[in-house]
Amino acid sequence: MGSGSMADARSPLAHLDGATVIERDGVRLAENPDAGKVNLRGDAGDAVWLAAIQAAVEIDLPQAPNTSTETPPLSALWLAPDEWMLVCADGSEGDVVASLEGAVAEFHASVVDVTDARTVFRLSGAGARNLLAKGCALDLHPRAFGLGDVAQTMLAKAAVILHQTTDDADEAGPVFDIYVPRSFADYLWSWLTDAIG
Amino acid sequence: MRRQRFRLPDGGRVDRAAEVAFSFNGRRYFGHKGDTLASALLANGVHLVGRSFKYHRPRGIFGSGSEEPNALVQLGAGPRTDPNMRATTVELFEGLRATSQNCWPSLRFDLRGINDRFSALLPAGFYYKTFMRPARLWMFYEKHIRKAAGLGRAPDGCDPDRYEQTHAHCDVLVIGAGPAGLAAAQAAGAAGARVILADEQAELGGSLLSEPGRHIQVGDGTPADWLGATLAGLAGMDEVTLLPRTTAFGYYADNFVGLLERVGDHLPGDDGMLRQRLWKVRAKQVILATGAIERSLVFAENDRPGIMLAGAARTYVNRYGVAPGSRTVVFTNNDSAYAAALDMAAAGVGVEAVVDLRNQVEGDWPRLAREAGIPVMQGHTITGTRGRHRVSAVSVMRLNDAGDGVAGDVRQLKCDSVAMSGGWSPAVHLFSQARGALTFDEQEGTFRPGEAMQAVRSVGACDDAARLADCLSAGVEAGRSAALDVGCDGAQIAAPAVGEPALGPMQPAWRAPSDRKGVRMFVDFQNDVTAKDLDLAVREGYHSIEHVKRYTTTGMGTDQGKTGNVNALAIVAQQLGAEIPAVGVTTFRAPYTPVTFGAITGSHVRGLFDPVRRTPMHDWHVEQGAKFEDVGQWKRAWYYPRGEETMRQAVDREVKAARDGVGILDYSTLGKIDIRGPDAAEFLNRVYTNGWKKLGVGRCRYGVMLRDDGMVMDDGVTTRLGENHFLMTTTTGNAASVLSWLEEWLQTEWPDLKVYCTSVTEQYATVSICGPKARDLLAGLAPDMTLDPQNFRHMSMQEGTVAGIAARVLRVSFTGEVGFEINVPSRYGRALWDALIAEGELHGITPYGTEAMHVLRAEKGFFIAGQESDGTVTPLDLGMDWIVNWTKGDFIGRRSLSRSDTVRDDRKQLVGLFTSDPETVLDEGTQIVATVKDKPPMDMIGHVTSSYYSPNLGRSIAMAMIQGGRGRKGETLYAPMPDKVIEVTVTDPIFFDPDGQRLNG
Repeated sequence: MGSGSMADARSPLAHLDGATVIERDGVRLAENPDAGKVNLRGDAGDAVWLAAIQAAVEIDLPQAPNTSTETPPLSALWLAPDEWMLVCADGSEGDVVASLEGAVAEFHASVVDVTDARTVFRLSGAGARNLLAKGCALDLHPRAFGLGDVAQTMLAKAAVILHQTTDDADEAGPVFDIYVPRSFADYLWSWLTDAIG
Repeated sequence: MRRQRFRLPDGGRVDRAAEVAFSFNGRRYFGHKGDTLASALLANGVHLVGRSFKYHRPRGIFGSGSEEPNALVQLGAGPRTDPNMRATTVELFEGLRATSQNCWPSLRFDLRGINDRFSALLPAGFYYKTFMRPARLWMFYEKHIRKAAGLGRAPDGCDPDRYEQTHAHCDVLVIGAGPAGLAAAQAAGAAGARVILADEQAELGGSLLSEPGRHIQVGDGTPADWLGATLAGLAGMDEVTLLPRTTAFGYYADNFVGLLERVGDHLPGDDGMLRQRLWKVRAKQVILATGAIERSLVFAENDRPGIMLAGAARTYVNRYGVAPGSRTVVFTNNDSAYAAALDMAAAGVGVEAVVDLRNQVEGDWPRLAREAGIPVMQGHTITGTRGRHRVSAVSVMRLNDAGDGVAGDVRQLKCDSVAMSGGWSPAVHLFSQARGALTFDEQEGTFRPGEAMQAVRSVGACDDAARLADCLSAGVEAGRSAALDVGCDGAQIAAPAVGEPALGPMQPAWRAPSDRKGVRMFVDFQNDVTAKDLDLAVREGYHSIEHVKRYTTTGMGTDQGKTGNVNALAIVAQQLGAEIPAVGVTTFRAPYTPVTFGAITGSHVRGLFDPVRRTPMHDWHVEQGAKFEDVGQWKRAWYYPRGEETMRQAVDREVKAARDGVGILDYSTLGKIDIRGPDAAEFLNRVYTNGWKKLGVGRCRYGVMLRDDGMVMDDGVTTRLGENHFLMTTTTGNAASVLSWLEEWLQTEWPDLKVYCTSVTEQYATVSICGPKARDLLAGLAPDMTLDPQNFRHMSMQEGTVAGIAARVLRVSFTGEVGFEINVPSRYGRALWDALIAEGELHGITPYGTEAMHVLRAEKGFFIAGQESDGTVTPLDLGMDWIVNWTKGDFIGRRSLSRSDTVRDDRKQLVGLFTSDPETVLDEGTQIVATVKDKPPMDMIGHVTSSYYSPNLGRSIAMAMIQGGRGRKGETLYAPMPDKVIEVTVTDPIFFDPDGQRLNG
């Protein structure tokens, strides 16, 4: 079941009438609802399977817990020893699903389009870490959490996936992609808006 | 500048150029920036600030920090007010308003002061003894006792301020920024560790802020020079976070420490300002440098305003430039009070004498005092005091040779203040909260840190160090070793050399003798507990210190007995003839000082109190004026009132429309789990009670899941999308827990099964349409789909396009009508909904909410997990024997269904109830009896689980769980209500279309 259609797509923050970018005090927050997301499960210990995935979408799945790999425009986030989330360009999730399904047909594996299950809040700037610390119990100091690191954690009272996508040394400061369950988007946006102060 | 009578001409750290106006009990005063409310009041000669809790005795400022038991005030007014604020820790700001608590009509003339005259009638345990009988009157007594007791007022409106919380992690958390803490932070920071340094005061420095350095040298300079250089050094370290105005209030497991930062308490405050921040710190290493708290001396009439701790007097003189009085008497059992005497004398305060309980005082400090011309009365004691609202004189006598009584003549010393010191107790509160063991130091009469249970070190005065040199060297050592323990081995620093006078030994003096029998000596000032009260408690048989504490209330005030607890222990030990360590200490509990509810709640207030989960169609429901119902964290449309409709009218209309035309329901909250793998069918066979292996691709089946105890856990429809691919639905509330349940069985019990489960609850928006016109409606929007009943049968699935959106359509029903569940990617949920509403206009489409859904399913006798079932109900109890397949092999809960208890005939079973009056709707939860008695108790044989008015039947219907219910059909039972008894008849729970003809229409 693909999602190509003529109908109007709506972001979970559509009711904010486009007020989905906030810039204040060294922090920038913006919604990116359309990034493609595909949940992939399979046996990480099976080199043949890994090679099949590599051949299909040209990315090496990360093996170390809470890390990611990247082959632009695709990145792969480690979620569990046998589970990853592949993030791809807006609208390309159908192709990624098709490629993966073709590759894993002979294996016990699972490929599920979860593009609409989560929206993405992109948080950046020098103050981003302090803002996250208000709602996240993990140690997000650069010595503990850096470029490419992934966490599945609570931000305020929403379960999110957190992914640092640029280095702290970058000019605009670090960038974090926060994958938010769709139904929690309004809550977490409100919480972040309040926490930015 | 307006005159502040007791402000010294110079000295102190206050900003003398900045005058600050404030009010106390309605009177206007002036202080300086940098003052506390206490120092500013003292600068204006105000000592009397409150009345005591029980006897309403006048009380003054006693300490200079968070140990303060007496000077509790109400701060602010209206919604922005705080009770029980210690004047000694309240920073002065322009416009501050403070009032005394616990006095009426005024502080100086308090009518309840009469309690004091009859204090002999109010001994320990008075309330327990007097107000016990008759028990029914306690509520009456309590109201009046509460009013008489001295707690402040609660705010009268919503808190206008903001609070926030933050998490923090560090290598080394240093608590207390006195000399030891500063040295530790400096050493750890230099080594490269991530350091947080927190201190409860506005300025970092601790005791150094009160140290004039007249007799002490650090390195080549004064203590102040060292403080300035150290603070500058710390401020320059990137990985060191300095948190002044921040109290470590609780020390929990795994070095988790709670800090309360007072961000805006020292500011006048605007609505919406950030007032406090709660820090949740996880530290690899903790260094406690929490200092020591001076003990009071227990002597006759020791509670008059003007009598304060010697260290506090010293702080007021040196740090705030305030004289605690013009003539003072110092009373001590140790050398530290001599520093206070010297500093007061140097500031021009007349020191009448140092009365020292020790027989021989010849160390450095007494020598310095004598050289300064201060009379030292060694081997003497204060036997009584005078003065109504302020001390005016003390009586002094010589101690007898044994030291347990007095001898000789009484000498009266006129004075307006007394500075006393009973020695210093290490502030071991946090160490003890961290489950560290305490050991008793016989020499100093103190409890000090013993064996630690966490990665924590105690340094400085909280480890019984009294000399600055020891504090600094211990701090440097602890900071360095803590950093090394976390792998930071950067630069090393050395502690500076310190020149300071030697300290002589202290002499424990737990109760100073007096020539007057029965005179009151206060131990716990806030709760008005005297030495006599403790004696009485021991005589009455209270031997455990925990019992004595509760009986006398000693140490149970907001100060938790910081200045008096050790004295109380010692007095109880004396009475019991036991050693102090044998008596032990009472438990040190968090919080160290009170924490506001605002800080504990943080930003989780109002709209952020709890997440509101929204479906993709949420905005439409809002636009249509729907009333919402909370289902877990979801907001679901409950019903859609039109015009002036009542809830009943709206629900009746919605229920009828779904049976007569077409209804539309937002079903997006339904839990959805994608299940794949060669063993998926076998897996479902094990988690559901019925069989799944023969289900055809494209077909749907209803299933019930049991817990391993055989009780119904969840239910829903699962569709076979492919040979090895299923889509399971769960109830809204159980979506997450069912997924966890499935994962648990796969990972722990059946790792051999090749199955992957992925939640797709949020991926799909689900719209349910039902009713006789549902098919026509769908046909108009899905021209490519085959919808005729022969080719799209009940309980089957089709993929296609609906309103131009790729959709998966299930023909299923929770209402007994022909129904379709249309699933589309969530981003198109609203578009699908809008298209159905528009297309449905010609069919009279009616949106219905969860209430109508409940009525519709109740008409059909469908149970709801969590409503009919409550964790004690088997599918057999629900009359659903048909869902249990005994021949397919094992499934979760199977064995439990044949336990003797689960096969009893008299278990509660699901039945329907008709009230004798068809308009009467029973309350859900109503208890049902077979025999009505005049009054409870009656034998309850069951209860109502669901109850509605059914517009399709034109009468009320109810579902109930009744003992042996299926055998009672036709029986008359009763629902006894407070004002009447409702007669009910037991029926079958399927009320409408029992043959299911409409479903296949």
